[in-house]
Amino acid sequence: MTTGRQHDLIVVGGGLIGSAIAWGAARTGADVALLDEGDVAHRAARGNFGLVWLQGKGVGAPAYMHWSLRAGHLWRDFAQALVDETGIDIGWSQPGGLQFCFSETELDARRRVAAATRADGGDIEIEILDRAALLERVPAIGPQVVGASYSLLDSHVSPLYLLRALQQGLQTRGGTYFPTARVSALRAEPGGFAADTARGVVRGRRIVIAAGLGAAALAPQLGLSMPVRPERGQIIVTERVKPFFSYVGSGVRQTAEGSFLIGSSHEEAGFSEETDVTTAATLCAAAVRAFPQIADVNVVRQWGSLRVMTPDGKPIYEESQRHPGAFAATCHSGVTLCSAHAFVLGPAIATGTLPDAVACFRSDRFDVQAH
Amino acid sequence: MFRRIEPAPAAGTLVFDGRSIAFQAGDSVATALIAAGVERFRDHPRDAAPRAPYCMMGVCFECLVEIDGRQNQQACLIPARDGMVVHVQTGARQIPERGHDR
Repeated sequence: MTTGRQHDLIVVGGGLIGSAIAWGAARTGADVALLDEGDVAHRAARGNFGLVWLQGKGVGAPAYMHWSLRAGHLWRDFAQALVDETGIDIGWSQPGGLQFCFSETELDARRRVAAATRADGGDIEIEILDRAALLERVPAIGPQVVGASYSLLDSHVSPLYLLRALQQGLQTRGGTYFPTARVSALRAEPGGFAADTARGVVRGRRIVIAAGLGAAALAPQLGLSMPVRPERGQIIVTERVKPFFSYVGSGVRQTAEGSFLIGSSHEEAGFSEETDVTTAATLCAAAVRAFPQIADVNVVRQWGSLRVMTPDGKPIYEESQRHPGAFAATCHSGVTLCSAHAFVLGPAIATGTLPDAVACFRSDRFDVQAH
Repeated sequence: MFRRIEPAPAAGTLVFDGRSIAFQAGDSVATALIAAGVERFRDHPRDAAPRAPYCMMGVCFECLVEIDGRQNQQACLIPARDGMVVHVQTGARQIPERGHDR
């Protein structure tokens, strides 16, 4: 596979973040190579819940909130452009999101989230619904639900079709997708960068590392730092039942075909993607509190997948000071931020810059401060 | 479409959409139905296409039928029993929609 051709941009990592950046860069005319480890990879894109969730995101961290909300507002145009270019139905819909509350204390906490969001100038309406108002929207809720917070900005999507559409869209735009091209080493060369892959050497003028959990080992090779660790989330899928819940729930949603998705846990389990019955029971019990009528609905699948977590849970975007033209991009919200990665980050990286909006997400915020 | 390797005397009878179907000892509901020539177990929730068993080992969920009033039952995992009333599963399972009435 090794060729002498130098691409404009190498994207290391074929998950949602890498694929979004790659498609976004290719749409500006860049010649992009997307290097994908393949289906053996720890791939969050193949295991996640499919939420575009904005309400409460980045409370106490305004830059993160505003970046996320910008992504939220871009989602409609992003989804439309992706469908237009690929013909793939990614299953995006925006019915609005509900976070159910089971006590006045929980409802008060949501009121504080809404107030804090307003105080930081967040461009999002978060409505607090008492039980009566919630019943008007969702007659199906159980007796223990005292209310919910609601935001019209929240939406959901099929993460599998989303990933496929991004990768196909890249190729439609003239980019090259390299499957089974696990990257073993990266290095700077005169005039660009080289990636040693399982399918040979790939060269590019610029490079971005978006390799999920694999980024921790690759980043230092180009003077970047991506100290990410796995956090396991388990998800349950039920049999299909006639749809009655059209909103996006924070821990439970129903697909258009009728399956309930129930999730997800937050576990420290190293690189294990295993599942366990205790976690399944806990997740299902929470869903049944919201919707008692699904208590005897059958579970058909359960899986574990690994979130990519930075030390503070916020993204890392940076350019290497030692090797300009080498970039890092990682976060645990690859779905929610996908629109911004495709429409803002990808085009910027294609021209060798980072958007001003993400200037505060450098990894040196984790460095020990000397006083 | 299918014929039995080892035919045996009937061990009982179930009713599928009004039709009596004899089964052998050890048959699952799915085995009894396909041995009797049934090709449409359910209509798919998305496009109403007719479906029939695929894996016969509980994995693919293609063989869903309604058994004795319970919808979405995996015909390949449930032993046939005398007097069972089985129906085609039409679309997604229906459950009561109002949670606060229960």
